[in-house]
Amino acid sequence: MFNINMEAKFDFKQIQEREERLAPGHRMCAGCGGTIAVRNVLKALHPGDRAVVGNATGCLEVSTYMYPYTAYEDSYIHSAFENAGATLAGAETAYKALKKRGKIKEEYKFITFGGDGGTYDIGLQSLSGAMERGHDMVYVCYDNGAYMNTGTQRSSATPSFADTTTTPAGKESAGKPQARKDLAAIIAAHNIPYVGQTTFIGNMKDLYVKSEKAIYTQGAAFLNILSPCPRGWRYDPPELMDICKSAVETCYWPLFEVIDGKWILNYEPKKKLPIEDFLKRQGRFKHLFKPENQHYIGAFQEEVDRRWEELRKRCETYGE
Amino acid sequence: MAIRTSMSGNEATAYAVRQINPDVMPAFPITPSTEIPQFVSNMIANGEIDTEFIPVESEHSSMSAAIGASAAGARTLTATSSAGLALMWEVVYVAASSRLPIVMAVVNRGLTGPLNINAEHSDSMGARDSGWIQIYAENNQEAYDNMLQAYRIAEHKDVHLPVMICQDGFITSHAVENISLLEDEPVKKFVGEYCPEHYLLNEKEVMAVGPYAVSNYCMEAKKAQAEAMIRSKKVILEVAEEFAAMSGRSYGFFEAYRMEDAEYAAVAIGSVSGTAKDAVDRLREKGVKAGFLKVRVFRPFPGEELAKELRGCKAVAIMDRCESYSGQGGPLGAELTAAMYRAKVTAETVNIVYGLSGRDVRVEDMEKVYGDLREMAEEGKTFKQYPYLGLRE
Repeated sequence: MFNINMEAKFDFKQIQEREERLAPGHRMCAGCGGTIAVRNVLKALHPGDRAVVGNATGCLEVSTYMYPYTAYEDSYIHSAFENAGATLAGAETAYKALKKRGKIKEEYKFITFGGDGGTYDIGLQSLSGAMERGHDMVYVCYDNGAYMNTGTQRSSATPSFADTTTTPAGKESAGKPQARKDLAAIIAAHNIPYVGQTTFIGNMKDLYVKSEKAIYTQGAAFLNILSPCPRGWRYDPPELMDICKSAVETCYWPLFEVIDGKWILNYEPKKKLPIEDFLKRQGRFKHLFKPENQHYIGAFQEEVDRRWEELRKRCETYGE
Repeated sequence: MAIRTSMSGNEATAYAVRQINPDVMPAFPITPSTEIPQFVSNMIANGEIDTEFIPVESEHSSMSAAIGASAAGARTLTATSSAGLALMWEVVYVAASSRLPIVMAVVNRGLTGPLNINAEHSDSMGARDSGWIQIYAENNQEAYDNMLQAYRIAEHKDVHLPVMICQDGFITSHAVENISLLEDEPVKKFVGEYCPEHYLLNEKEVMAVGPYAVSNYCMEAKKAQAEAMIRSKKVILEVAEEFAAMSGRSYGFFEAYRMEDAEYAAVAIGSVSGTAKDAVDRLREKGVKAGFLKVRVFRPFPGEELAKELRGCKAVAIMDRCESYSGQGGPLGAELTAAMYRAKVTAETVNIVYGLSGRDVRVEDMEKVYGDLREMAEEGKTFKQYPYLGLRE
């Protein structure tokens, strides 16, 4: 259920002409997916609507609000690494209280950003609590699949076999032994009204549409956005969009939504590409292409296939 | 008209909360403070107050939500004890450095281990350097009175700091004692409306909270915070004076009990004070010049003022309901001894650790403390630093 009129059609030009709510001049890297996620999510706010933006500690925080400069055009709060969910839940509750007491007239939206470290791992409890209590807020995870701010240590979002600084590939190691946690499904199991998984595809329509739904859905909403990191994934910045496309076309990163318990697959590739297409573009998987490591690629493919089938079944069984 | 009744310290705190009717209260249950969010939830359910209660999933989220709510412009309250405060640890600092006037009812209980639920000050003493104002109560009356003064101090334009209102677990929080409550209207007038100047939901401006700051700026921010803590001393006394005009009950940084000509003094915090005062009375009857200092405000630490009170003493027992594992004694001992040294107060001192994990302290125990002080001063007897009072040996 959407509480106000959703914009009927996607006019790329009109959306892109909206004023930036993340000002230039911040210190994020060129080719960083996190910044693209934030800019585009905030563009889904209807012009004139007010927002409070939250943030977990991470690259985004230290690069966008370095005293005395802030890149945010909206009110913004960061308090710590593992509590972006609870912190924004507090701000949202203050809004309810002050509105009830007639101290605020305007409408506000509440959107918080966290990397996968702050979301999948250290902040999972805080996120779960905020979602379960049903605060009217959006939690956006910009998932770059490792603790990038501290120098690419593995997280539970890191894909199998990735070479990270705490799961280095070596003579006795093929990188991260475990597969990534399916956080969107975990949050969907909270039975919140909106969960969306997306990344940067084409003209960003998928990201825009999901952001708008998440922001303008009454209640708790969660967005999981695959957001490549040039340092951690080891790619040339201009390749970012191709990597995202490959993540979707290989079905490593399916685009889906869970709306009021209904699972919806947003995109099915006509021809599913082999996982090599995604892996070969990134330095963190370089070791897998050595002849003696080829079987790891097979194992990776099997897990991608298994999860893809599982998701398709969910969408068939619990779809619209 | 004062309302004379009897209730526990937790009930008294909740009664104050009802009169204040804060905007937002996130809390997570932990013994012995659990009753406070329970009472508040009941008052909300019965329509007595319209505070927004957030039943958070942990104390870390409790303080995090309090930070979000307070930054957004809401008068915010939480309550906790022991491990709950320890779990908040990181964000307790964030609340203070973000200069948020959050009030937290702390029902003091020891930290694990062994796991224990009884009175000890190790929880709030652990957070003594976090930048929060700390005010301690001797009994339910003071827990109530301190609670009513808390927001006036926290929200004062010269302060903007969070405040812990502490009382001893079970001894004060659960014991039912007589109390004199104030009527709603004068209390509401005294506490006043909260009108923050800068906040996230201010329709006239946007605001950013919680920056990353490089070394060029951090030290100045911390100094500004330290200055606010120093400025809070004046505000604490002004608010107490105004409160006395309304209630007839006077408060300062500490209470000096029969200290005018005291030769032997004990200094302590919290519920042990009643026992200590009884011991002083008994000794005075015997002609012993005993006195007692009850520290009410531990942050900011009134070191100079306390030292001044002790100038005429021959021997002083500084009593900590908290171990600091420094091998030197407890936090009150360390800070007060340093303050006495600076003020050139040369009384003999002994730092006594007492009442850990709710260990009972009797009037006789306190009489023995004063007896030891006398032996120390009169007979030159030396005592090992730092003895445990009432230890089973």
